[in-house]
Amino acid sequence: MTSPPELIWLLAAVAAILIVATLIGEALRARLSPDGSNPVIENLNARIAAWWAMVVLLAIAFLAGRTGVVLLFAILSFAGLREFLTLTEKAPADHWALAASFFVILPVQYWLIGIDWYGFYAIFVPVYAFLLLPVVSALRGGTKDFLTRVAETQWALMICVYCASHVPALLTLQIPGYEGRSVILIAWLIFTVQFSDVMQYVWGKLFGRHKIAPEVSPSKTWEGFLGGIATAVAAGTALFWITPFTPWQAAGMALVTCLMGFFGGLVMSAIKRDKGVKDWGHLIAGHGGFLDRLDSVIFAAPIFFHLIRYFWSAT
Amino acid sequence: MTAGLPATIPRPVRAAAAFVMGKAISLFARIVTAPRAIWAGIEPTPRQRVYFGNHTSNGDFVLIWTVLPRAMRAQTRPVAALDYWLTSSLRAFIGRDVFNAVLIDRRPEERNEDPVAQMVTALDEGASLILFPEGKRNSSDERLLPFKSGLFHLATRRPEVDLVPVWISNLNRVMPKGEVIPVPLICTLTFGAPLHLAPGEAKDAFLGRASAALLALAERPMA
Repeated sequence: MTSPPELIWLLAAVAAILIVATLIGEALRARLSPDGSNPVIENLNARIAAWWAMVVLLAIAFLAGRTGVVLLFAILSFAGLREFLTLTEKAPADHWALAASFFVILPVQYWLIGIDWYGFYAIFVPVYAFLLLPVVSALRGGTKDFLTRVAETQWALMICVYCASHVPALLTLQIPGYEGRSVILIAWLIFTVQFSDVMQYVWGKLFGRHKIAPEVSPSKTWEGFLGGIATAVAAGTALFWITPFTPWQAAGMALVTCLMGFFGGLVMSAIKRDKGVKDWGHLIAGHGGFLDRLDSVIFAAPIFFHLIRYFWSAT
Repeated sequence: MTAGLPATIPRPVRAAAAFVMGKAISLFARIVTAPRAIWAGIEPTPRQRVYFGNHTSNGDFVLIWTVLPRAMRAQTRPVAALDYWLTSSLRAFIGRDVFNAVLIDRRPEERNEDPVAQMVTALDEGASLILFPEGKRNSSDERLLPFKSGLFHLATRRPEVDLVPVWISNLNRVMPKGEVIPVPLICTLTFGAPLHLAPGEAKDAFLGRASAALLALAERPMA
């Protein structure tokens, strides 16, 4: 698979944005926090540095083609599932069910996407894993908190494996007149949703006053929400020419994905609150865990996938 | 009992194999547990220390070893049971060559060396130690088993050495006793403030204090 030129342009534009962000971050540090004492500026710079790493990794996967993208998201699913299941209710009787989640369900789901078996990967986790994994736990005994345990494990699989796997699944869509360029759909989706997250953070930090759900997430404000989503929808719309969408369609899709992304952040924050943690993990400096960064993409990807499949795809 | 790789294998080859094996074990531990060190009351500085932790799995010392800064890893030796680690040549290679363990015999009637004396010798040679004072893996419902007296004797013989409590969370869920396949879950290692033997402190009082210090780390709210 050769990389479409639009992809190269998008990656170059993202690199340019990151260069500007890096310069701003360093200037702020030099001006306000030369000794590294301002936690907000240190966190900002850590986030920007992590963004560089994430963009480079994504770019390598994009250039490696379908195998690269499927593999990257399988690894991200693994890391996300590891974070999610760390916090869920479990008993020794669940050991095989949990091991099967990592070493059977996850690889099979990504293998099905790799071979483009839509009829199976669309129902594998919601039907087969849903019905069969609790059987494994039940056979090993232990009924205390049984429903909580199997429900939380299923939730972990739906979020971290099923929903996340819809990002590489975009590569399997056959859109007339858009052959060989479906990797751009992934790039556009991730760019738009993550740009929305970043812009919500920026607008929120600059103008945030009125909290949307203070109990769930103190950092989500109406100012950040409206400003961030408006900016990201504008950016996603401006990129309509790399997508199969008209400008209006691009605006609609950007709005839907950004809203889903916001909902993802909200729901995943509520789960973190419930479990008494601030972040899902610690491996991405400045951001927290993999799920802290991926929550919005995970919520947006399946809806984005199904809208395109219904309205644009030939199959 | 066997003693690791055959002695005929040249030293540099053994050392290289041990280095590669150490890296592989650390990488595996990182993939499965993404171990996170929280330094709560002490910093990771290269002072001589005895790290003492809760013991739920044979991977415990591997995790402590993995999260230590590289320079400190080389001089930190786990204290491990000879009657477990010398039972196969692979275990012996891992125990001796890879982790340079201080191998002590838990069976008083069989041993010809005093475990405390072995640990003191290792400290005098400049090593830091990783020790599990419960003496065996805890598969009970109690959070911590009563401590054996080794930690007290060590504190008496070398009172200047920092005794650092390390609470390891979740590893018993990754690999419960009797399971073969590990479940990947994030493990957290909380390093607490160092303890020393107080002048005139009795054995039971000291062991109780050490045990309480370790348990306090377990109950520390997550950041």
